[in-house]
Amino acid sequence: MRPILRFLDDELIERIISEARDVLCKLGVEINNKNILSMLQDHGATVEIDNNHVLFTDEIIDRALKTVPPSFKLYDVLGNETHNFSEYNVYFTPGSAALHILDYETKKIRKPKTSDYIRYAKVISRLDNIVSQSTAFIPADVHEKISDSYRLYLSLLFCEKPVVTGAFTSEAFAIMKDLQLAIRGTEEGLVAKPLTVFSCCPTSPIKWSDVTSQNVVDCAHYSIPIELVSMPLSGFIAPVTLVGTLVQHTVETLSGIVISQLTNPGTPILYGGSPSIFDVRYETTPMGAVETEMIDCAYNEIGKYLGMPTQAYISLSDAKQFDAQAGLESSMGATLAALSGINSISGPGMLDFESCQSLEKLILDNEICGMTLRLIKGIETKEDFPSLPRFKELLKEKHLLISKHTSRYLKEEFYFPGPVIDRASRARWQEEGSLTLWERAHSEVERLIKDYSTSRLQEDTKRELTKLMKAEASRYGMEFLPSECKKYLL
Amino acid sequence: MDLLKEILEHLQHGDDEKVTALTKKALEEKIQPKDILDKGLIAGMNIIGEKYKAHEIFLPDVLLAAKAMYAGMDLLKPLFIQEGIPTIGKVIIGSVHGDLHDIGKNLVGIMLKGAGFEVINLGNNVTPEKFIETAQQENAAVIGMSALLTTTMPVMKRVVDLLKEKGLSGRIKIIIGGAPVSEEFAQEIGADAYGYDSVNAVETVTRLMSKSR
Repeated sequence: MRPILRFLDDELIERIISEARDVLCKLGVEINNKNILSMLQDHGATVEIDNNHVLFTDEIIDRALKTVPPSFKLYDVLGNETHNFSEYNVYFTPGSAALHILDYETKKIRKPKTSDYIRYAKVISRLDNIVSQSTAFIPADVHEKISDSYRLYLSLLFCEKPVVTGAFTSEAFAIMKDLQLAIRGTEEGLVAKPLTVFSCCPTSPIKWSDVTSQNVVDCAHYSIPIELVSMPLSGFIAPVTLVGTLVQHTVETLSGIVISQLTNPGTPILYGGSPSIFDVRYETTPMGAVETEMIDCAYNEIGKYLGMPTQAYISLSDAKQFDAQAGLESSMGATLAALSGINSISGPGMLDFESCQSLEKLILDNEICGMTLRLIKGIETKEDFPSLPRFKELLKEKHLLISKHTSRYLKEEFYFPGPVIDRASRARWQEEGSLTLWERAHSEVERLIKDYSTSRLQEDTKRELTKLMKAEASRYGMEFLPSECKKYLL
Repeated sequence: MDLLKEILEHLQHGDDEKVTALTKKALEEKIQPKDILDKGLIAGMNIIGEKYKAHEIFLPDVLLAAKAMYAGMDLLKPLFIQEGIPTIGKVIIGSVHGDLHDIGKNLVGIMLKGAGFEVINLGNNVTPEKFIETAQQENAAVIGMSALLTTTMPVMKRVVDLLKEKGLSGRIKIIIGGAPVSEEFAQEIGADAYGYDSVNAVETVTRLMSKSR
């Protein structure tokens, strides 16, 4: 039986949705994008163009909810299916868009460069429990106007896994879409086999910026899957109660669903978010707080009730170093998320309020994900009954180490983590150098990078991607891409 | 493929039937039993030991390989009647008096045999006198003791002391192991060595043997 965690009963979910609809229809939403306001007006919403304000109607909300796909799939750069976002299926993806990386040598944060991003892409290629990549951090050695598309370019070049990403500007969407078309060949090909998920974020409280709402529309035009990332902060720019925050999250997310579905009915959506409580002592937004994680799990229940797959930024930590807090917050989040059936769980590798990625932490988090994935397989009978023959064998042989039953189920029943998780006896641990968690994780980082196999994406396609990226860079006065990309310019 | 290499390969896959058949074939082809033992069976087990240590394979794979090795050994044994199976040394093992846990000690025995040692397994609940008498009778170079209970650990010291009383310290080496036992405890009671797992026990016994030579 797959264990499932629930925080809300159906009656409460219905009440939250009903209250959110009330807010959408009676208080409305601020949308700073005239085209979207006009479109909503055309569909019957009450719009005050000059005030960037719209009152939704139950009719358009219902219509949008009817067309949202209950599930969708993702495919890697080679076209192989990797994700089926449906029911209680769970997939992990690294936390995205960090400004910094935690440098192993100095133990300090610094701005990442292209070479760091390539190291990341190589590591993530080899982590079995994290089946997608995200554009995890922002290389600082390129023009800031291409820092979003350049991440996607590097990801597509060096790692085969599908990508969770997002555009920082409206203009960047075109190149980010073109990079995907270079891989899939045609728009139809991209619709048939989605390669990316774009994060699109409303602004709390109950607003959409011009850029992010335009991102929703642009993605919808090409049926590119969208994760709607609402970020209410409980007690600050959202009610302090978890239920009140959930109402606000529902308002913001439903508004995005309506924009996407009225633009292009059937656009794949992840009912997502990155809400947080607000720590009034430090003026921070703790992603590792238990209440933050409860909100995540609960809105996932609302998303499922509304009939679509879900996402959350939940298996991450606010610790500044790769320490015990980093492990505890990330594993608590991953465990709660997986038990709740959040379909796309974002966060691995991330520290410091979503601002810092660590390759070493990714290694540890990959094991957290592995253990969590084992956890949700639950406990099942496997040739366990009748028990007498097994116990007769045990008492006769004194052990079951080489029993056929053991060899059949050993690797299915137990998850065997890599060397970052210390399960050696103290004596063996000492003999192997008494390595700390950080040292073990770093040694794995270096091993995976050394063992990296080049992406099997066709070389012609890699060159095409580079050509597109170079042209985009030159629009902003960058005549050369960083030297790591040179070999693909031939 | 060379027959000995085939034996070595199939042993690593824990295929006792194939190892039996190939050992028979090798004998028919007049390959020296000592070569079959050293270059096929023991060489295969040495690789298994290394792979196990590197986490490339798991304990059940080791035991299956050992089972395949014994299958081959059974065919070779009658051919070594006069001089006995060539061995790199004799080890007495047992769980100490008062302790009925013996699976860990048995694993050590399997790994020692796999590495080419002759192992005399006294089982569990073994008295200090029994360990020493057997070691003397069998002219063993090493006694390996195991304990799982903190309450039975002191028995290990009694064996060490008794060995000293009999003037056998140094001639017969003592290695200890078991969940509550440690390197520090080994030093404290005057044992010659401590093995933290079955592979480490083999390495340690090998080291002890080379020291005593």
